[in-house]
Amino acid sequence: MTLKKFAVTFALGSVGLLTTGATVSTAQSHVNSPDPLLGTPSIATETSNIDGITGHAESGKHLYRRFCIGCHGPDGNGQGMNAQWIDPQPRDFTEATFKCRSTPTGTLPTDEDLYNAITRGFVTTNMPSWRPLSPQQRADLVAFIKTWSPRWAKEKPGTSLNIPPETAITIESILHGRELFQKLECWKCHGPEGHADGPSAATLTDSKGNPIKPFNFSTGDRFMCGDSNRDLYRIFMTGLDGSPMPSFADVIQPNDAWDLVHFLRTLQVALPNQELTLWQSYKAAHGKDLKPIGPDSAGGAQ
Amino acid sequence: MSKKFREGADPMNTKWSRWKTVLTCAFLLIAIALCDIRTASALPTGKVMAIPAFARKYGLPCSACHTAWPELNNFGQVFRDNGYQLMNDRDSPIWQNPSYFPITFRITPSWHRETTTNQALDVPGTITGGAVGTLTQAGFDLSGMDLWSGGTLYKNISFILLPSSDPTAVWHFESAFIRFDNLWHTPWLNVKFGRFEIDNLISEKRFLFLSSNGGLYQIYHFNVPGSINDFGYGDNQIGVELAGHSANSYTRYSVSFLSSNEGGVNFTNSVTPGGAPSNRSYDVNLAFSQAFNAPGPPGESGFGQERIGAFAYIGQRPTSFETLNGNDLVGIDNKPFYRIGFAGDLSYKNLELLPLFMYGHDNPYLGQFGVPSNTPLPAGAQAPTFYGGFLEAHYYFNPQNVALARFEQIKVGQQALNTTQGSLGNITAVSFGYRWYPIMFSRAGVALDGEFSRVRTIGAEPESADGDGTVGVPGAAVWSNSIYFGIDFDF
Repeated sequence: MTLKKFAVTFALGSVGLLTTGATVSTAQSHVNSPDPLLGTPSIATETSNIDGITGHAESGKHLYRRFCIGCHGPDGNGQGMNAQWIDPQPRDFTEATFKCRSTPTGTLPTDEDLYNAITRGFVTTNMPSWRPLSPQQRADLVAFIKTWSPRWAKEKPGTSLNIPPETAITIESILHGRELFQKLECWKCHGPEGHADGPSAATLTDSKGNPIKPFNFSTGDRFMCGDSNRDLYRIFMTGLDGSPMPSFADVIQPNDAWDLVHFLRTLQVALPNQELTLWQSYKAAHGKDLKPIGPDSAGGAQ
Repeated sequence: MSKKFREGADPMNTKWSRWKTVLTCAFLLIAIALCDIRTASALPTGKVMAIPAFARKYGLPCSACHTAWPELNNFGQVFRDNGYQLMNDRDSPIWQNPSYFPITFRITPSWHRETTTNQALDVPGTITGGAVGTLTQAGFDLSGMDLWSGGTLYKNISFILLPSSDPTAVWHFESAFIRFDNLWHTPWLNVKFGRFEIDNLISEKRFLFLSSNGGLYQIYHFNVPGSINDFGYGDNQIGVELAGHSANSYTRYSVSFLSSNEGGVNFTNSVTPGGAPSNRSYDVNLAFSQAFNAPGPPGESGFGQERIGAFAYIGQRPTSFETLNGNDLVGIDNKPFYRIGFAGDLSYKNLELLPLFMYGHDNPYLGQFGVPSNTPLPAGAQAPTFYGGFLEAHYYFNPQNVALARFEQIKVGQQALNTTQGSLGNITAVSFGYRWYPIMFSRAGVALDGEFSRVRTIGAEPESADGDGTVGVPGAAVWSNSIYFGIDFDF
């Protein structure tokens, strides 16, 4: 009998807890309902669709409050409590400007782009990989992030870039990529050796006027938006919106873009890769014939 | 109210009256009302989040790693399993960033009231005992203090150092270990060396109850009455652990090889001075768990992550000692015991359920105090066994408000002597609590903690050690209640 009374007490107490919890949850069951800890999103509700998973902004709101608010802020504008100590600054979701996209510059990213960014994290920033969250949770976060900007209600995401099959990795491809690196003046920011020490590097700012550093290839770090050759191809064909890194989609052809990818890989001296091996063999034999990259090599680096 | 409360706690009156049920629920609801969500929200919490130690290093809110601190969520579990690394370039060792000071302090000033029935007392005006009554203590108090430090000494070499004091500032090393992470570039091989909490799926070191009776899992410290076994599954142990996990820590395993001395140092069975000498033997702990995502109804976002796991602890304890001049030197004549069980961490949206079942078995000699294993057992001696567990529930209104409830029950399966009352030592307990985190600033956290816990132990003192240590009416129930309010803070 005593056990029964313990059980009754436990059950009643639990019911009391859950009733209260349900009341609170119900009161906060709409994305736009007043939540003193969060600002008012621009869009009432949103969903996301990633590989058959439907994300819900309502669920994402709770996750945002738990995981994201410290940096991205209660208003989604990147002004969370920790933002003042973070470099680079957290993303301002109210602008709906995202670096990592598969879509043309100036357009909204796809849900999958945002999902991939959350999953991957950004290795050279404070944004960690959120892979420990379930795919559903990440999809929910994508849906909620989209509520911060009215752009999501007015515009559709751009069309994802069609990436052609990668061309063969040859010394000719690498040499042509090197020419493009010189011609497109990539070295001005990334430096002749990819050390992020080009003459413009110290002057770069993002779209909010915050100082920003170009990517340093020599460290072997993962790229901002992935680590594969396809990711690298995508980065300079779509650009990193909000940063000084432009899109080269209108400037170079796909085959040229692959050549540039192959050359950029040779700058990753701390990361063993096929292109680097090929390039080092070539340099050992023909290094003297190579013109240095930089202002004195106008018209071609070879 | 207190008079009625005392009356209700009469050891001879085992009835649980309806008003007590009402009182329990009322306490809970009052706590919730006092911690009104809107009022909580009026504080500046929403604009700022908490960061002691690691959070300070990474610029993440404390709720990123904790369901409600100190309990870890899966993101925090992955971070811990990776050797306190997020696996990005912010994982710099502690010597790389001079502004990073990897230390957190934690302490909890509190008010609490402890009532324990069926206690042997002196008859008033005498010093000869003979009376039975209820001991009640109440007042303001302090918890011990944790001075918690952790970080990475080098890429993939992490450490924890946790000197911890009792309320009177007697210190010991609660945890102190170095961990070699991601050996051979795989998360499946990590080695920890030192003193640490064994890899239990439901951590007692990170749970949310603080009161005297509610602040421990009864089953984690239970031994059949009269047993000389001092093992507690919730106690930190000393040794080496091989552990591994999948990339998202959904699959986890660990194998620990531990000294058979209850985490003791300096070859004793205690981390504080004065412990009995230990022996030369070793224990093994095995743990495995698997998590998965539970899909929800169509059109909804799923129930959350569900984790289930199993564990086994196989150990031994001495039944006698080598001596000099009658003083114990080294434990010998070891006899084995084991604890096996399974546990879960189940989610249904904002509700988290933590079930655990454990079965314990000791060698018959461990149940016979003072009988070395090289002498015959007394008549009626048998292997002490017990079984039981708990079901704990957390409801997260949001990262800053969590309601808690727990039901525990332990039954002795077999007493050390077959003539012993079968129910001796049985435990039934309920605990309720509410934690409100009004402040989660970037360098500090504060949680208001309100709890009520009620434990019934048959013929034995409660695990909380409340009371005077002597049961008044042998074999009768001892009720021990805790009412607790504390302000838990760290920075």
